[in-house]
Amino acid sequence: MDILFTGLLLGGTYALIALGLNLQYGMARVINLANGETLVAGGFGAYWFFTAQQVPPLLTVFLVAPLAFALNWLIYVVVLRPLVKRAKSRGRIEVDMILTTFGLSFVAVGLMLALFGGDYFSYSYLARPITLIGETYALNRVTAFLGAALLCVALWLWLYHSRTGMSVRAISVSPESAGLVGIDVPRLAALAFALGGAITAMGGALVSMFLTLDASTGVIFTLKALIIVIMGGVGDIRGTIVAALLLGVLETFVATVIDPGLTLASAYLLFILILLLRPQGLFGRSRT
Amino acid sequence: MTRPEVQSLSIGTVLFALAACLPFLSDAYLLSIGVTIAMYTVLATSWALFSGPTHYISLATAAFFGLGAYTTALGIEHLPYWLLLPIAGVLGAVLAALVGLATLRLSGVYFVIFTLGLAELVRQIITWGQNMSGTKGLYVLTAITEEHIYWQLTALAALVFLTGWLIARSRLGFAVRILGDDEEVARHVGIHTARVKVLLFMVPGAVAAITGAMLAPRYVYIEPAIAFTPMLSFQVVIMALLGGTGRLWGPIVGVIPFTFLWEAISGTFPNQTTLLLGLAFLAIVYLLPNGFTGLLEAARSRLKGAPA
Repeated sequence: MDILFTGLLLGGTYALIALGLNLQYGMARVINLANGETLVAGGFGAYWFFTAQQVPPLLTVFLVAPLAFALNWLIYVVVLRPLVKRAKSRGRIEVDMILTTFGLSFVAVGLMLALFGGDYFSYSYLARPITLIGETYALNRVTAFLGAALLCVALWLWLYHSRTGMSVRAISVSPESAGLVGIDVPRLAALAFALGGAITAMGGALVSMFLTLDASTGVIFTLKALIIVIMGGVGDIRGTIVAALLLGVLETFVATVIDPGLTLASAYLLFILILLLRPQGLFGRSRT
Repeated sequence: MTRPEVQSLSIGTVLFALAACLPFLSDAYLLSIGVTIAMYTVLATSWALFSGPTHYISLATAAFFGLGAYTTALGIEHLPYWLLLPIAGVLGAVLAALVGLATLRLSGVYFVIFTLGLAELVRQIITWGQNMSGTKGLYVLTAITEEHIYWQLTALAALVFLTGWLIARSRLGFAVRILGDDEEVARHVGIHTARVKVLLFMVPGAVAAITGAMLAPRYVYIEPAIAFTPMLSFQVVIMALLGGTGRLWGPIVGVIPFTFLWEAISGTFPNQTTLLLGLAFLAIVYLLPNGFTGLLEAARSRLKGAPA
């Protein structure tokens, strides 16, 4: 029971991070391997504002978001769009995107190492126990989960109940047809990419409340988010959330029952099962 | 064999014979750089054998390398060293086949993601196994010197080049070239694309594992953090792409300058190696999409095209 709830709490924050990636990969069609670095940068922001300025992380979330939005928008327009324009084939774009976002991720890690050093950073915020239905949990985990859940709901409302949200979903289904019905595809793809970055950074600020991060942990989060997105189905919001909760529970189970060092192994177990049984994602229909 | 083939084969033999003479200069620094270059030549060339024609970016090199290093570390007490190298090769090929079977039927993105975490996955499992059995690191104490490692690697490099050359002449190589150009077409002319990709991926898997097994005596002390450095995978990708994967000898053109650059940067600014990796990736995409060999070839065809 304890494992289930702790796992769900962790899964909730994973869901937010993976939604950020899904906006970039599913909607803007950029497989962003520098996603984890955006997260770590968001965490750094929360850490710095809290220790130096005494700004609580819950407020920082709203400071980090516009910064990450602007930065990711710039990256999309300046760095990534030219690749799409020059490419001759879909396969070439994919390889170029992978290499470029890898490059960006290493540059980001290098810059963060230079600015903040290679130490782990953590701070103590709301680190007191809270009792819910007879079990005790860390208040910061619960708060992070609530924050993530709130943002997920907001994102869902925007995607499914606003005109822009609908257009973004349209470019995810078919960029060509979306263009035909008068949707400005390049502008919306940039918007989806930037928004994905902002959401990931917010997730990072929330995660930093209860996890210890350092400059080079980003890649682990990128991997987990990618596995969640693939498991849930690329571009599928509902699938992403279910997959994230599943991963959170499994990871907590493995960490408490077997060994805390095997968290990535548990993610890989899910990944292999999905690849072998349902490569189209949990709720995906098979595409030919 | 045609005349150009005999020609390139004999040039290759002479070059390898020259390279094998490096230890006779008895310069410790040159030899240590030589071992590094030979190691990356083996890794990058075998990487390009698979990733060049298929365009699947493999980041699994560190996983295979670590697996090989652990084969030596665990087996050196029980088996003769010369037996461990083929065992490492088989293990590497098996791991590659498993990874390939799980991912190579699907699009390239799944493959990249899977191989990205593979080294970390194997590292976690080995660390866990060590915690269970209560051991920490392992000592590899042998009489093998730096010269021996260098000669072994040079021989392995020759073997890789020969394999690459033979594959290019075989039915497998022909199938891979079609597959790389257009997978749809390959499937329609009756090529079993997944099987071809898995078979080909086993080559770098085996080679990287053997390389790891050969280098274990150099490290003396083996622990997961040393054997599975994720940087290795990325360095190999950069070197191979920097040189260019269109030619068998392409990667070596990237290996040599990048090794010197890496040595210089990690000597003077040890904290900036990550930044260097990142900038190298960006440089490859924006400035050298076909590597140094691509540049050379473009220059040559321009010369030929221009009226003399």
